[in-house]
Amino acid sequence: MSSARIEPLGDSALLVRVGDRIDEETNVAALALADTLRAARLPGVGDVAPAYASVAVRFDIDAWRAADDPRPAHARLAQRIRELLQALPHDTQGGSTDTADGNGVPATPHRLLSDRVDDRIEIPVCYGDAFGPDLDAVAAHAGLDARDIIERHSNAEYRVAMLGFMPGFPYLLGLDPALQAPRRPSPRTRVPAGSVAIGGAQTGIYPRELPGGWQLIGRTPLALFDPSRAPPALLRPGQRVRFRPIDAGEFAALAP
Amino acid sequence: MSIRVLTPGWLSSVQDAGRCGHAAIGAGVAGAMDGTALRLANALVDNGANAAAIEITLRGPRLRFETDTLIALTGAAIDARCGGLAIPAWRPVAIGAGAELELGDMRRGARAYLAVAGGVDVAQVLGSRSTDINAALGPFNGRGLAAGDELPLAQIAPERLSRLRHALRAASPERAGETAVAAAHWSLDPQPWFDLRGDLPVALLRGSHFDSLDPASRRELFAGRFRVGNESNRVGYRLEGPKLNLAAPLELISEGVVPGTVQLPPNGSPIVLMAEAPTTGGYPRIAHVASIDLPRLAQRRPGDHVRFVETSLAEAQSRYLARERALAALVHSIHERLNN
Repeated sequence: MSSARIEPLGDSALLVRVGDRIDEETNVAALALADTLRAARLPGVGDVAPAYASVAVRFDIDAWRAADDPRPAHARLAQRIRELLQALPHDTQGGSTDTADGNGVPATPHRLLSDRVDDRIEIPVCYGDAFGPDLDAVAAHAGLDARDIIERHSNAEYRVAMLGFMPGFPYLLGLDPALQAPRRPSPRTRVPAGSVAIGGAQTGIYPRELPGGWQLIGRTPLALFDPSRAPPALLRPGQRVRFRPIDAGEFAALAP
Repeated sequence: MSIRVLTPGWLSSVQDAGRCGHAAIGAGVAGAMDGTALRLANALVDNGANAAAIEITLRGPRLRFETDTLIALTGAAIDARCGGLAIPAWRPVAIGAGAELELGDMRRGARAYLAVAGGVDVAQVLGSRSTDINAALGPFNGRGLAAGDELPLAQIAPERLSRLRHALRAASPERAGETAVAAAHWSLDPQPWFDLRGDLPVALLRGSHFDSLDPASRRELFAGRFRVGNESNRVGYRLEGPKLNLAAPLELISEGVVPGTVQLPPNGSPIVLMAEAPTTGGYPRIAHVASIDLPRLAQRRPGDHVRFVETSLAEAQSRYLARERALAALVHSIHERLNN
């Protein structure tokens, strides 16, 4: 894993980047970094939001200026973040001994996530037919039949890399490469809530009815996002996910 | 203690200063597009900075007040009438129960703010009363106001309301239909808080992928004139004009974006993300609008033109801080005026 780099995201946010790939090791580092920044309870920091390989940090410019310091607010916060990362114990499991580059800091440890890697959830999915109208197209693209697609999709273990795009929308790691399928040439204006979808190498679940161009292979009756629930999002970054095939009868029984 | 929506106008919604701290679950900021105008409207009725008000877009709603209260209009210049009387903006106005406020077309700008003493008291969703229409989150399940909606108002003690009305030092109330209105004899100068001519350049910071633009596009971004596209909304402003191109294709993965981020989709027309920006995006981030100029951009309407001028982080932040200080001083002086 490469070391973290900090770049401005406008004048009131920073992006702390730990890599530039979609893979589990990079994502775990990003999630651990987000945990570290949250735990530090930095003043005037409104949001700490991890993505695949980076963490966005929104801050109040006013909280990070100082009368006796000519550096602009973002530079002061970036310095504080570097100090936090340098104070962390180095990761030894991966044998990573990256040191700071010009703008960087040492690699972040994975063990901070130890509570979360054991966090697993099973999501019931009704595949095919009206629930997954693109199942046959995905099967044709893969040169497999629909039953193989269901079997491969539900045998894999996924990890929630990030929530983004819409409240509660999970981007999942772990899609079987054989199931990769191009986006639809023209997006649907309405994708039903709970649709389990594949877009290129990415797979995710639509938390509510939205327009969308990913291929729909099934649907879950579970509510991915409900602001009146605590926590509102069904999934959280770092969590491990398995899909369990169900039939239309069970879908109806589980639907709210 | 409520307001009844008789007609919603083009798009009216409940907004506060925005939703903070939920980006990690994919919930963005939302809130007022012109946060400065919201803050001044709230100040004029002696509300806190984060009280919820009504954001009005392009054409205003008709509203019936079920209670005696104080209102203030700021932001875009909008026709406002109550029982045949013109209601002036940028000042507090006392209105009586039963008053019907008719907000019409905007003469300049795209968004006006109507604050009411005490604030619109809808339930908070994820710590905010702002409406995120794109994410379907917030009051009324994240939709704009509709005819028949009832907006609850926070209780305000009768003594406090009569003290505030007294502080208006208004001429005697005028009859307005079945009720009475009394506007303060003083008002705020919309300048410098509102760009009256609507033609000042918008300050832009280079984004992470600015250097990946081809040389002509790097020049065009700051030299070109863009038009606010018809598809623009609270999520983003689509800019038409010079097409911008990358020198070579970039393979990007989804990363954080914020209001003000300028993305470049493959069609070459940049999109400025606005209040309802999603929390992540995968397009190149070629620039960011400086925080201080986002309210000004939010007042441009489809068809208006926009020019950009390059700024540095240090300059953008120091302009922002200077404006915050001036705004805080003004808000304080309004508070003094309303309470002495």
